[in-house]
Amino acid sequence: MNRFTGKQRLGLNLLCLLICLLHIVPFYILITTSLKALGDFSSMWVLPQQEWSFENFTVAWEQAQLGTAMFNSGFITFFSAACLILAGSLAAYPLARRQTKLNKFVYLFFIGVMIVPPLTVLVPLYQMVVDWGLLNTRAVAIFNNVAAFLSMTIFLYAGFIRSTVPKELEEAAKIDGASTMTIFFRIVFPLLKPITATVLIIACVYIWNDFQFAIFFLQEASVQTLPVAVNSFFGENSANLNLVAAASLVALLPMTLLFLFLQRFFIEGLAQGSIK
Amino acid sequence: MEKTEKYESADSGAKKNKIKSSKTSSLWIMYVPALAFVIIFIVYPFINGLRISFTDWDGFSQTRNFVGFEQYTRMLTDPTTWLVVRNTLLYGVGSTFLQMTVGLLYALLLMQSLKMRAITRTIVYMPVIISPLIMGYIWYFMFAYSNGALNDVVMLFGLDRINWLNNPSLNPFLIVLVNTYQFVGISMIVFIAGLQSVSKEYYEAARIDGASLFQQFKNITIPLLMPAITINVVLNIIGGLKLFDVIVSLTGGGPGDASQSMSTFMYSLYFDRQDAGYAATQGVLMVIIILVITLASVIYLRRKEVEA
Repeated sequence: MNRFTGKQRLGLNLLCLLICLLHIVPFYILITTSLKALGDFSSMWVLPQQEWSFENFTVAWEQAQLGTAMFNSGFITFFSAACLILAGSLAAYPLARRQTKLNKFVYLFFIGVMIVPPLTVLVPLYQMVVDWGLLNTRAVAIFNNVAAFLSMTIFLYAGFIRSTVPKELEEAAKIDGASTMTIFFRIVFPLLKPITATVLIIACVYIWNDFQFAIFFLQEASVQTLPVAVNSFFGENSANLNLVAAASLVALLPMTLLFLFLQRFFIEGLAQGSIK
Repeated sequence: MEKTEKYESADSGAKKNKIKSSKTSSLWIMYVPALAFVIIFIVYPFINGLRISFTDWDGFSQTRNFVGFEQYTRMLTDPTTWLVVRNTLLYGVGSTFLQMTVGLLYALLLMQSLKMRAITRTIVYMPVIISPLIMGYIWYFMFAYSNGALNDVVMLFGLDRINWLNNPSLNPFLIVLVNTYQFVGISMIVFIAGLQSVSKEYYEAARIDGASLFQQFKNITIPLLMPAITINVVLNIIGGLKLFDVIVSLTGGGPGDASQSMSTFMYSLYFDRQDAGYAATQGVLMVIIILVITLASVIYLRRKEVEA
């Protein structure tokens, strides 16, 4: 605690301030750019010289269809997370509790799949999606995201069940004649809340921000998610960066606000997800 | 009392048998849904991809011819393959190295009880939750040639504008830089967690023995941080080798193919150049590279952990 003298402490605080400023610069530039009218060629480092152009936001909102995109992102994230939590926790329970040969093999299989980078299966996956008529549906984005994050979800749940959930409760319930499903949903699942929160946060951050899958499978404007919408908006307006800046700012607002309010959970959740 | 009676009476009865039998049953029905997802959307396409890599399929027509290892020899003799592999390694290994170095320095600073600690952690961490694609656009404004934020600074010093994003020998490094900026917060948090678990007593003992700060860092901090280092290396290498979004928004893989990663190269082979068979072959190479590098680094670092 008392390792530093007052002067050293001041120096370290100033160092922190410098790091903060350095990290904020890109966001500051984003904001100044988004507020300028098309003809305003003043430096990005200064606020608008002529007048503040909030029009950029309304134009971007309408032209990039950010409202639709926000709904799509939310819809896909919500249902992906729900599927992940349900399918993942259900699968993890027997894999953590019943050490049969079959289960050991299945567990290793799930872990092994984690190594396959989702994008490397793009070519055959795209063909399959087209054949099944799933191109440009929100369902395909949900399926892909669930498949991509299931192994990690099972890994997290299984580790948590093994280390934290006491067996005694389940055994007592079994003696009282409860079925496995009842035991799982009534006794085990409620005890999984902490790790469910972790899964939820990881799923929300990565699936909300997903671009790799979305750009292939969600090309129509009506199903586009936020990153895809911003990407195509940039393609149409690369001559008017102010508009693109406004669209980017709006697109990153929901997650940023959520982060600022629930910061502790985000940082803990993401760190936990990576440590296990 | 009643409970124990129940226990004992059940001891020789059918109930005990039921418990025993359910102990050895796999309850496989519970993981069928998860298994279905993974098999349909990852394993089956993966096997299909292997098949496509032996054809000359263009990605949309009904016909495809089996061409044996032709795509593979083409891949190995294609200079673009090696450029793209080099870039991918640079994105993977370069980002990892930079992110861990900066992340560790930040962690060491933000471990101290300082007034600025909480706010600095928040600000450094915030980009982690932002879409990497949009992060690329944010930096696009910084790097823009005319009127870009960085060129304004360059001109302030009386120098000529730099063509940041169109310079093939520069822009792969800028991509590493942006990727590092975005994800250094994760490295920092993992290191802070690691540092907090190192017992203070080690340092006190070392100080009594007269060890310098650097010696303490080298002989106590680093060895005890090995688990955190392993996590960071694996996370960052996998993330870096798969890099896609930032490249799309910063350079689009250009100029030419100069900043292409394996992911973006595959995308452009399939969608822009109608070369699906070849794209699948590149996909196989990508799996092999990620597999080899990840396994090698895990094995190497685990051994270090044991030594420490």
